[in-house]
Amino acid sequence: MKKQSKSQLILTFLRGCRRYFALSIFCAVGVTLTDLLSPQIVRFAVDSVFGREPVDLPAPALALVEAVGGVPYLREHLWLIAAAVVTVSVFALLFQYGFQVFNAMGAEHLVRSMRDTIFAHIERLPFAWHMKQQTGDIIQRCTSDVDMLKRFMSDQMTSLFKTVLLLVLSLTFMCSMNLKLSIIAMVSIPLILCASVFFHRRIRRGFTECDENEGKLSAIAQENLTGVRVVRAFGREAYERERFSQQNQHYTSLWMRLNLVFSGYWGAADLVSGLQVMLIVTLGAVFCIKGEMTAGNYMAFISYNAMLTWPVRHLGRMLSEMSKAGVSLGRIAEIMSAEPERDVEGAQEPPLDGDIVFDHVSFGYDGAPELLHDISFTVPAGGTLGILGGTGSGKSTLVYLLCRLYDLAPDSGRITIGGVDIAQMSAAHLRRGIGMVMQEPFLFARTLRENIGIALEEGTDKDAVIRAAAETASLHDTIEGFTDGYDTLVGERGVTLSGGQKQRAAIARALVRPTPILVFDDALSAVDTETDARITAALAARKDDSTRIYISHRITTLMHCDRILVLEGGRIAQYGSHAELIAREGLYRDIYRIQTDRSEEVEA
Amino acid sequence: MKKRNETKHVSLRWFGLPRVFPYLRAYRFCYPIMIIMALCGTVADICLPLFQRYALDHFIGRGVLDTLGIFILCYVLTLLFQLTVNFISTYIGSCVEMWVGRDLRQSAFNHLQTLSFSFFNQNSVGYLHARVMSDTSRIGETVSWIVLDCVWNISYLVGACVIMLCLNWKLALPVMAIVPVTVLLIAFFQKKLTALNRRIRELNSTITSNFNEGITGAKTIKSLVVEDKIEADFRVDTAQMKRTSVHATHYRALFGSTITFASALALALVLRQGGALTMEGAIELGTLSVFMSYALGMMEPIRWIVNAFSNLVAVQVNIERLVGLLETESDVADSAEVVARYGDTFNPKTENWEELEGEIVFRDVTFRYPDGDVDILEHFDLTIPRGSSVAIVGETGAGKSTLVNLVCRFFEPTSGQILIDGRDARERSQLWLHRSIGYVLQTPHLFSGTVRENLCYGKPDATDEEIMAALRSVSADAVVERMENGLDSQVGEGGSMLSTGEKQLLSFARALLADPRILVLDEATASVDTMTEQKIQRAIEQIVSGRTSLMIAHRLSTIRRADMILVVDDGRIVERGTHEELLALRGAYYNLYTRQYEEEASSKRLG
Repeated sequence: MKKQSKSQLILTFLRGCRRYFALSIFCAVGVTLTDLLSPQIVRFAVDSVFGREPVDLPAPALALVEAVGGVPYLREHLWLIAAAVVTVSVFALLFQYGFQVFNAMGAEHLVRSMRDTIFAHIERLPFAWHMKQQTGDIIQRCTSDVDMLKRFMSDQMTSLFKTVLLLVLSLTFMCSMNLKLSIIAMVSIPLILCASVFFHRRIRRGFTECDENEGKLSAIAQENLTGVRVVRAFGREAYERERFSQQNQHYTSLWMRLNLVFSGYWGAADLVSGLQVMLIVTLGAVFCIKGEMTAGNYMAFISYNAMLTWPVRHLGRMLSEMSKAGVSLGRIAEIMSAEPERDVEGAQEPPLDGDIVFDHVSFGYDGAPELLHDISFTVPAGGTLGILGGTGSGKSTLVYLLCRLYDLAPDSGRITIGGVDIAQMSAAHLRRGIGMVMQEPFLFARTLRENIGIALEEGTDKDAVIRAAAETASLHDTIEGFTDGYDTLVGERGVTLSGGQKQRAAIARALVRPTPILVFDDALSAVDTETDARITAALAARKDDSTRIYISHRITTLMHCDRILVLEGGRIAQYGSHAELIAREGLYRDIYRIQTDRSEEVEA
Repeated sequence: MKKRNETKHVSLRWFGLPRVFPYLRAYRFCYPIMIIMALCGTVADICLPLFQRYALDHFIGRGVLDTLGIFILCYVLTLLFQLTVNFISTYIGSCVEMWVGRDLRQSAFNHLQTLSFSFFNQNSVGYLHARVMSDTSRIGETVSWIVLDCVWNISYLVGACVIMLCLNWKLALPVMAIVPVTVLLIAFFQKKLTALNRRIRELNSTITSNFNEGITGAKTIKSLVVEDKIEADFRVDTAQMKRTSVHATHYRALFGSTITFASALALALVLRQGGALTMEGAIELGTLSVFMSYALGMMEPIRWIVNAFSNLVAVQVNIERLVGLLETESDVADSAEVVARYGDTFNPKTENWEELEGEIVFRDVTFRYPDGDVDILEHFDLTIPRGSSVAIVGETGAGKSTLVNLVCRFFEPTSGQILIDGRDARERSQLWLHRSIGYVLQTPHLFSGTVRENLCYGKPDATDEEIMAALRSVSADAVVERMENGLDSQVGEGGSMLSTGEKQLLSFARALLADPRILVLDEATASVDTMTEQKIQRAIEQIVSGRTSLMIAHRLSTIRRADMILVVDDGRIVERGTHEELLALRGAYYNLYTRQYEEEASSKRLG
């Protein structure tokens, strides 16, 4: 995929919600227009109805007045004026309601499309990408940065639009009423705006500092709580109190300083706006006396002027915050520009029940030294392979390569199943054909039923299959022991399963779907020996022709395999059947002795 | 099916505020100032439209500018007055907010230092952390701003009404009639909105955990090829979030529209009635303009009053939880006599502390956990002579920590006694005991800060020579030398800059430096590389020698060396004796040991 530019990205996200934003902008125009209408009604009422000034109205409004019976009629029926105010306000209300709702629809649509797109993208990024990222950082990008963009689109952009519109329109009205007074009113606007932008830029540093210190305070509390045993055992409660107290005090004093600046700014801004209003009130009165303005104009002018103050101050704050949205967009664009997993063109979906062949495979993780050196072996279709090896010998990596969680570099060998290079297959097809159980299985925060059956297609008789799989994995009785049975929720908000229970659940999950290949990567390490034996027997009794790979430390698990491969330092140290290997000197026989001749060794 | 994270509805008398009054006492002088200043601020706010009235009636109505100078002077003075009082009230308000928050945080933190372990077992770190950090801030915020918001807005409302009544009561009454209706409507919308907002917060956390799952579970998702399913489920949550948010916006929009409409209605009434009165000459134009200002301005305060009220309702939960925490009493507490002689947690009287020798005797101890329903120990007797070592072995989760918890007095026996140097542990203070116990944890816990700060945790006045000697004797000196700033290097949050093995070595050095008479060792099962493993074994030998030690042991070397071995199964002690005696029994210990032996030997051989 080409690296998307930021603006392209935002356009992608905006797809489908542009019409909501268009409608909300339409409503915003309506709100502004109706808002500006009321002072005009007041002006007209005060000048021409209550007072005796000549009627000064644009043609359509004049026609309307004439239609209801002219000014004299209005004087008799003042409720018509009231009705006009209420009518205008009903429109204002509808526009305002529409603005808020359409804006929210647009914003929520946008957020949803951003979340869905990013999530879908992340799910399709290669595993190598996932290994390089810090979970916390990515989640922050998916949550706070997305919110920041939403605020930018729904809040800041529309407010900016509304404010500018309001400024232009009300200044136009004001100019039409009295040019000199309008110029005076206008002078203060850039002043307030600049002060506000400057101030909010400055104060942001203060906020960042407060946030950082809140983080430190929070970390002290967190560490104290997680380390409560250490604190108590060393009798350092008083020290902890002191530590917390110091940071608490520091944090509080930072906020107080910021509050002082803040209160000061508000005061100053209030004063400037207040003085501006005073100037208009006083000078307006002077103009009225000179006959340059009518009383109604004067009142309307003051209303318009009052409408400007707040949005301008708010605008300053927004302008200072808008730069943050750019940063957020950049952080999201970074995720979106990562290359998703791709199959080669014309990827094949061959049957996977053939021989598995590793052909001179070498592999090293990105940036790390080579881990597997020139590995070659064959697992005949329907056969079993055992792999024995120490920590870091590269056993799990073999499995990752087989599932294509990592791709082999060119010229570093190839892996074939039934003669077809896995690099030429569709990854989904390949993985669907391999039932894999890992040592530290990941369970989803769902019910046990959902966890075990997660890979099942819709429409199958799930419950029976799930139950059968759970039985094979020796998990059925345990599940029945829970109050909610298969509906027991797993994880933080449900039950916490032991390591062995998790492993058994993962085995059941891999078994619900018949797969031509099964891989158990140390999948029973946390299960006790008897259950291990039971599960192994149940697996052996399963009547399928699957090709199986077992990775384990336990000779009892490995000894029944057709062939056993001993990995040492990323190379094949030994290869052969159990009988062959124990006849030979080497790692396998040593481990075998350790694990079988237990009593003598133990007591020696 | 997803379990809803339901938030409790709490309603307390007076919104629970009386329960936080004790924490406001120190700032009781701030409140009158805040209230008076806020009232002054309102007076200024209410006065401002009157200037316009004067300008309309006096200047424009009469066509004279005779009092212009004094008019401007008064106007400026009013503005300055407003500036000053608003500055004072908001500043004091924010001070009170911060101070109360700070005091509550400190009290909660201090109180947690004294609570017993049964409390920590029942409450998760996350829960307690939220009480200390967020409840306190919420309460601080509410108790200060609620006062200001109420005073400002109620007094504005009242003040505007009073002035309108004074100016013309016939015109004032219909305008005022709109207020209660608006209050009711807004309160209704607010209530709906509060419920929806809670739902939105819940959905938000669901979505965040979905992201978390999608990222941390990537390997599983890929190998099961369930990307589409996970994605579809994710879409369900985001769709619901969208629906709920839009739904909430309807109420928020109604909320705003109500205020707009109420203002317009008030304005219309003023124009209708006031217009007639103006034409009759009953009121002047200025008065009409004042009425219009108030009519338009008095609906906004209603929003704030309702808002303040709903904050008050919401904060009850925080008060309930925080005060609940503060009122929890420790299960393990020193008696008054003990405190009088030995001091309490924060004020120890070290001058009265006896030297601790290290003999531990369990005499007829029966114990069950406060939240448990079975006796873990029944009439248990055990003597650990000074300087000897006890290894506790058993399966994960078999309840090996119980004895340790009792020796450390993290829990107290249900009946019977634990004697330290021949005297009941309860006769001396907890701190006296804890200062003499060294504790090395399974998962080594380091505090963020420098290496030195961590090492000196048990002995704050240790010299560099002592520190280095301790490091050398557990072969941890290399760890420190490797680091850029030696002892003054930062270890990161929770020691994140160090490997598990390194953290372990440092925690041994920390224990050694404290030179405790009793040592508790909770051995790690985590695999470390062979080199580190050897270092750790040597370090354990080093720190155990010459001390009474209790070890929750996994390593064969540790187990074999112990003077006595206790085998725990399902919470009970099933076998006890020396290594040889227990092997000869061919029972639980034999099985455990041989399996452990196999695993250790295999992984050693595999490298």
